[in-house]
Amino acid sequence: MIVTILDYGAGNVPSVERALQRLGAESLRTSSPEHISNADALLLPGVGHYAALVRALDEKKLRAPLVGAIQRGVPFLGICLGLQVLFNSSEEAAQLQGLKLLPGTVSALPSNVKLPHMGWNQLKKKRESSLLAGIGAGAYFYFAHSYAALDSNNASVATSSHGTEFAAVIEQKNIHAVQFHPEKSGEAGARLLQNFLRIAA
Amino acid sequence: MSLAHRIIPCLDTDGERVVKGVNFVGLRDAGDPVALATRYNSEGADELVVLDIAASRDRRPTFLETIRQVAAELAIPLTAGGGIRTLDDGRAVVRAGADKVTVNTAAVERPALISELSREFGAQAVVLAIDAKRSGDHWDVMVRGGRESASRDALEWARLAVAYGAGEILLTSVDRDGTQSGFDVALTAAVSRAVTVPVIASGGAKSPEHFVEIFQEGAADAALAASIFHDSAQSIRALKEFLAARGVEVRLPC
Repeated sequence: MIVTILDYGAGNVPSVERALQRLGAESLRTSSPEHISNADALLLPGVGHYAALVRALDEKKLRAPLVGAIQRGVPFLGICLGLQVLFNSSEEAAQLQGLKLLPGTVSALPSNVKLPHMGWNQLKKKRESSLLAGIGAGAYFYFAHSYAALDSNNASVATSSHGTEFAAVIEQKNIHAVQFHPEKSGEAGARLLQNFLRIAA
Repeated sequence: MSLAHRIIPCLDTDGERVVKGVNFVGLRDAGDPVALATRYNSEGADELVVLDIAASRDRRPTFLETIRQVAAELAIPLTAGGGIRTLDDGRAVVRAGADKVTVNTAAVERPALISELSREFGAQAVVLAIDAKRSGDHWDVMVRGGRESASRDALEWARLAVAYGAGEILLTSVDRDGTQSGFDVALTAAVSRAVTVPVIASGGAKSPEHFVEIFQEGAADAALAASIFHDSAQSIRALKEFLAARGVEVRLPC
């Protein structure tokens, strides 16, 4: 199995590649619609502005093949913005449309706490999770974001909290997504990526 | 469940070797950046900062190669900077593997640099470094490696930089840097309360007690140190265990 990493011209692609390499996984970074349509497993990393991701997906004509592959059941992992873009839209760029694969919207975290939510935080598990298998309840993951899915309509298997509770881990059929950066989250992050590789195999 | 206070080792380099000086002068060799980065990563460091303190144009390719090698060893976030003057400089360190870029003197001279980097990489990737020095009843922003005053109030500059798009502030006390007499609690608390973004305290760390103080009284979100970690005078693991025992929330390595 080869993990196809969507390279839309921004973001944390090299560190995701290195993290997969350390786990012995084969990956291909691409911005080709054909590669995405034919992928065994898809990974959408993302960091920065929501608008940059959505515009890049549309300009590079990746939206239709990506949505098509996910709807056909191809195992998918979204990271950070790659989680947020699954919803209908985001307050960060309200005029743009998300992938609309999950109901609900992405909102700004409350301004009574320091933003961005930057650093290591823990999770609150809501139900059984394949991505979190073998990861201790007290494990920390690295977050760097100012927007989040505050109401993920039960798609979350785990939440985290910074000013308010938000979706940290999403699992719905073949759709997997995390608000934190597993590629930057030490051993716990490596274990989560390994779990995704096992699910996708 | 809340955000852990971060411990961040810093590698000041001349491009390819780690160096250390007191009050920004009298540099001496302190080791190989890749070996130190690997050690800190496994000891439970929460992030790593790599700075090119020489920041000379002709050594820039060497520094980018150092970032590449360090990034390859890390499973934690990496911040890089020193001599970042343009958006292209920022792009080069991000492409080499840094997750965040730190800017200092060039941003004081041209604050739009912060907006340019923030628009391209997101605010979470832009760390404004402020070198501050006590001057009467306030703190002055110092530039060019802490040697020259920018005749600007540090609190005011911190607020302005956040408005321009900085997502984090790396605050170094020029008075304390290299002295090992403890972090500047008053400076850090003042800046931390003045801005809405996380603040990393830097300069003056020696004992674990200094870290307790900067988190509990200085309102720091993270604390950065260099020489105490390089010399193995203080292991990161032992420091975090000390902090946890004192009621400071930290991420303990498994």
